[in-house]
Amino acid sequence: MSENTQNKQQGPGAVQTTGHAWDGDLQEYNNPLPRWWLWCFYGTVVFSVIYWFIYPSWPVGQTWLKGFGTVSYTVVDKATGKEKPQEYRWNTRSLLLEDLDNAANNAQRKAMLAKVRAASFDEIVKDPKMMEFARSVGKGLFGDNCAACHGRGGEGVVGLYPNLTDDDWLWGGSMAQIHQTLLQGRNGFMPAFGQVLKPEQVDDVAEYVLTLSAETRPSDASERGKEIFQGQVGGCYYCHGADAKGLASQGSANLTDKIWTVINLPAQKALQDKKNLLKTLVANGVSNTRIMPFWKGRLQDDDIKLLAVYVHQLGGTK
Amino acid sequence: MSEETAPLYQKRIQIYPRSVKGRFRNLKTGMLVLAYLIYYLLPWLRWERLNAPDQAVLYDLPGRHFYIFGLTIQVQDIFWLAGALIIFAILLFFVTGLAGRVWCGYFCFQTLWTDLFIMIEHWLQGERPARMRLDKGPWNREKIIKKGGTYAVWLLVAFWTGLTFTMYWTDAPTLVVDTLLGRAPYPAYFTTLFLTATTFVMAGLAREQVCTYMCPYARFQSAMFDHDTLIVSYDTARGEGARGRAHLGKGLKLREERQAQGVGDCIECGYCVQVCPVGIDIRKGLQYQCISCALCIDACDTIMDNLHWPRGLVGYTSENALNGRKTTLLKPKTVGYGVILTAAVGILTWSISTRALYTATVEQIRQPLYSQLTDGSIRNTYEIKLNNKLTAPLTMGIGIEGTSSAILDMEGMERIELEPQGRIKLVARVQVPPDPTGVDEEIDSITFVIQPVAGVTADPIRREVPFSRPETD
Repeated sequence: MSENTQNKQQGPGAVQTTGHAWDGDLQEYNNPLPRWWLWCFYGTVVFSVIYWFIYPSWPVGQTWLKGFGTVSYTVVDKATGKEKPQEYRWNTRSLLLEDLDNAANNAQRKAMLAKVRAASFDEIVKDPKMMEFARSVGKGLFGDNCAACHGRGGEGVVGLYPNLTDDDWLWGGSMAQIHQTLLQGRNGFMPAFGQVLKPEQVDDVAEYVLTLSAETRPSDASERGKEIFQGQVGGCYYCHGADAKGLASQGSANLTDKIWTVINLPAQKALQDKKNLLKTLVANGVSNTRIMPFWKGRLQDDDIKLLAVYVHQLGGTK
Repeated sequence: MSEETAPLYQKRIQIYPRSVKGRFRNLKTGMLVLAYLIYYLLPWLRWERLNAPDQAVLYDLPGRHFYIFGLTIQVQDIFWLAGALIIFAILLFFVTGLAGRVWCGYFCFQTLWTDLFIMIEHWLQGERPARMRLDKGPWNREKIIKKGGTYAVWLLVAFWTGLTFTMYWTDAPTLVVDTLLGRAPYPAYFTTLFLTATTFVMAGLAREQVCTYMCPYARFQSAMFDHDTLIVSYDTARGEGARGRAHLGKGLKLREERQAQGVGDCIECGYCVQVCPVGIDIRKGLQYQCISCALCIDACDTIMDNLHWPRGLVGYTSENALNGRKTTLLKPKTVGYGVILTAAVGILTWSISTRALYTATVEQIRQPLYSQLTDGSIRNTYEIKLNNKLTAPLTMGIGIEGTSSAILDMEGMERIELEPQGRIKLVARVQVPPDPTGVDEEIDSITFVIQPVAGVTADPIRREVPFSRPETD
């Protein structure tokens, strides 16, 4: 501990100490601060006064000193997508916005956006630069708005949210169809046949549908199911088509491929489980569970167009 | 503070270097003019490039390109900078071991700018005695005009120095106009004003203190000295004689008279001390402050020439030579530095001359790893990044090899033209159809072959990437 002692060194040339000594002989010099340091310190004090007046600072009652500096930049109106000039008080956020506004790649981005806006889907697909732009912007938009259901890479969840990376599209996989889906949304519907068909008929239909994608071999039951499917009793072909490949206009599923979108059939190992899953679907139908929200008005038109291009390059068809 | 406290720091004694004429002064002036011509004019030199800025030397940080005449350095080649810095360091070691502080005396920007600022001072305030008188005198009209004028010219030079440095990082003519009109970006003003301040302070006020107290190179160069290193030195034996040096007094005017009396050749004129920019007396031997500018050699030579005595009382020599021993230049140390230097220059030259004309990377998109298609095919998607390092357009062809069944689909972009210095990201889909015979070709990797098909001929780049498929149970 320190003790107050007399300075050990006395006389001319001695450096003054603080007068404390530790462990008997450890002392602390009491040198003055270097003059350059002091002047820098005084300088910052003077500067702080200037700063108070030029930039937003002190609270005054219900408000605060606004400062003299303003920064102007352009903002995009979320609703209309139009740009308008804005002027705001000097702060680092305004400066950042001004910087972003004036950045060279912002001009490039705007030029590219105008080009994409004017181009048709066919032109965009053929242009590597526009595709690169659509992918980079689309990735961010997809992550913000679509990934919650369809997954980060558009892989979806079997039975719940369609996989966008394969070539099976309920509502059509061309760029125009995807664009339409994004603009107006989709509501998947299939009537419930539990009341219309007898349980053994539902059984037969399920048997038939499983033969379509070669899950089972045709049998008597499947032949009976075929008649219900293709005939007036079930009338399944209205929507799924006579070839059972689905209709994009109805959003009806292609039943002849190995891809299942409404039920997760491949996850069931036993044939009976697959059949049960299918029977439940035929009996209950699909209603108000498979809704794709509409994005018109919620996203800007340019963004929806870019999203359509992005989703199409994930796994779109011609 | 008590009265008897001694100051911790010695106050700087102002140095007023006297001007001198001579061969080393001419060499230094020549070097100065050459260095300033390059430094101040280089940013203005134009250089035609396709699709790139037309400034001969431009370090374009936002664009991630360094343009040095015909050479364009992209961001992935930035390690060349490390190579260049290593070469400069070894060159410094090599030259210092051989010829002493040549860098400090002739090339260092601190020396050059201090020299220029002293020239301005000399031009406006006069020779050493006039400057000393002016400093001592009261603040009258003459002193205010002369001192103020000097500071004003210094400030102007310092500002243009700072602005010129900034010009290397952006288009020079635009920057000058924008700076003067007050619409240049903040970083440009900061850089310019910061360098204006440092130039003014370092070259105008701090001067030799930078070399003596601040510069690390000045200190570690002395560690490379040996007895064979070329140094500026006073020939003590000749200058002092047996009885020391003496003024040209009565009976000591002729060399023969002095030698007869045992008096050395140094006539104590003090010229060598007055011209020294770091304020040392070379006759006291080798000192760490000495920057080897050789102005004292010029000073002494002038005096010796006037007396018609032989030159070389102060001159370039080595410790060994001074002590009458042989100076060896081919020492293991210098040879070693020389070998390393040659190797470093060779490797850098080789690396630059054999640089790739284009780069290509292929990465598998891993979410999802694969997609199963309606016909049972498995599809993997890849992102290809192409980068044309040429200043000319380049057409690339992309294909896959090593598999008969896999199909590459790039929506017609298998053949793509890149603009000069252009880069692009593309998507490539690879589909493997199901095998009808059931003997599925077990593809677990795909090799992309990317090569220029027009523009230049170069070896193809092959990139092997994984191909993912569902696990079979």
